[in-house]
Amino acid sequence: MSRRLTLFRAAALALGFGFLYLPIALLVAYSFNASRLVAVWGGWSLHWYGELVRDDKFGAAAWNSLRIAAMAATLALLLGTCAGFAIERFTRFRGRAVFGFMLMAPLVVPEVILGLSLLLLFVASQAWLGWPAGRGLMTVTIAHATFGCCFVAVLVRAQLAGFDRALEEAALDLGARPFGVLWRVTLPGISPALVSGWLLAFTLSLDDLVVASFVSGPSATTLPMAVYSSVRIGVTPEVNALATVFLGVVILLIAGAFSLIARQERRRLSS
Amino acid sequence: MTGWARRRWLLIAPPFLWLLVFFLLPLGIVAAISLTQPADTIPPYTPLITRGAGGIEIDAGTASYRLLAQGDGRAYANSLGFAALATGLCLLVGYPIAFAIARAPKTWRNPLLFLVILPFWTSLLIRVYAWIAILQPTGVINRALEALGLIQAPLLLIYNGFSVVLGLVYAYLPFMILPLYGSLSQLDESLLEAAADLGARPAQVFWRVVLPLSLPGMAAGALLVFIPAIGEFVIPDLLGGAGTPMIGKVLWQEFFDNVDWPAASAVAMALVALLTAPLLLAQRLVERPREGET
Repeated sequence: MSRRLTLFRAAALALGFGFLYLPIALLVAYSFNASRLVAVWGGWSLHWYGELVRDDKFGAAAWNSLRIAAMAATLALLLGTCAGFAIERFTRFRGRAVFGFMLMAPLVVPEVILGLSLLLLFVASQAWLGWPAGRGLMTVTIAHATFGCCFVAVLVRAQLAGFDRALEEAALDLGARPFGVLWRVTLPGISPALVSGWLLAFTLSLDDLVVASFVSGPSATTLPMAVYSSVRIGVTPEVNALATVFLGVVILLIAGAFSLIARQERRRLSS
Repeated sequence: MTGWARRRWLLIAPPFLWLLVFFLLPLGIVAAISLTQPADTIPPYTPLITRGAGGIEIDAGTASYRLLAQGDGRAYANSLGFAALATGLCLLVGYPIAFAIARAPKTWRNPLLFLVILPFWTSLLIRVYAWIAILQPTGVINRALEALGLIQAPLLLIYNGFSVVLGLVYAYLPFMILPLYGSLSQLDESLLEAAADLGARPAQVFWRVVLPLSLPGMAAGALLVFIPAIGEFVIPDLLGGAGTPMIGKVLWQEFFDNVDWPAASAVAMALVALLTAPLLLAQRLVERPREGET
């Protein structure tokens, strides 16, 4: 195609990524601002990071969020891997259409509905069965695992679709049992999907404000809930500092995981 | 599949039952609670089923829905309108980006896609918050325009429809770019060359070959933006104002501010009703490539 189109494409990329990343860049820049006022540059400073460390409101919430995210992501990985395998490989079973719908719907159903419906479930089941005794870390974990497992299933399913079935059939021909094949051939083969699935469930849980606000109890404020309550009061550089730390951690985690996956891929291709 | 026979239920049952209990059943409970009335009890609604003197009594009413019908229709109009507008803008903004990535050198494609997905992994709350500092009357844009002498009084860029739609486009753009890229990257290069050889100008190649072939990606992207945008809460709450209510925010306010659980449930049912058609369409789109197999 012509050279003008190449210029057009370069412009599209520059403008597109500028739009996606400029707000984040500004947010990070103003976390190092000495001035209390946003958009007034008062020189470089780490003042707001000091405030952040002294403020223990965010520390406790961050610890809650990390524990919930780790538990929810692990649960989501277990459920989502089973689900992704089942929906991809078992093309006929009773209830497959319902199963497919239940796996797809939580990906797009608004969070307010997921949150409200789970809260009503927990309240009703507490009244009828006495479980759960109260709302807190566990109810948030269950809620996050529910939508997390659907995301894991999407990734597992996509990777399974491109997985060479001949390897599994060879193992079966050599006398391995189906669960043995699953454990020793299929799962190692789709490990990139498992790693990115766990990470996606982890960060989705870490980010969630709406569902957690519904199903959490007074003792289990998560980090987004703490951030939300200070954001509602107004823009403060302390929240910028917190957001910068948060973005840094998430981006390092994701970039690390993806370079690990890429290196493994290269090693497998070269061997 | 070979070897699995009956044991496949060991894999199907755990996620199936989990989603049945923690996704489908709760939706049924929302439907039930929407038929009760608010009360000063814990939980704050009248019981739907009671054991009275004459056996089991069911106390269901449609008061919440009547309230809904009499209430402010703007939230529904806004939700549909803003979501549709944001979907259209995402398509306009996302198409050139997806096209450019699909036509970029092979070694660039994965890093570029990674950059598109990366914001999705970071907090929506933080990304929406970032726009407050940019749009507010004392924010980056207004300060810059004032410093340049272009405006006397700050522009009203936030707490209106403009900022809500901007926030929606910003938050959901990656959902549009990814499926579009999926379609565009599978485009057969030789079709474009054939069209050009037969005398089509670049614009004609685009309108009559590229665009029709990328329709599946456009449809998938549109649904992925439109469906979650309708029920969005964080964006209308932080970037919207009193004049721009959306359904997600109305539900939140009924629940947290008014502590009216039946009304919140009725709003949720209305939202589900709005979403049913696009959801079914989305599922057909997801399952279509597999039809030949079964």
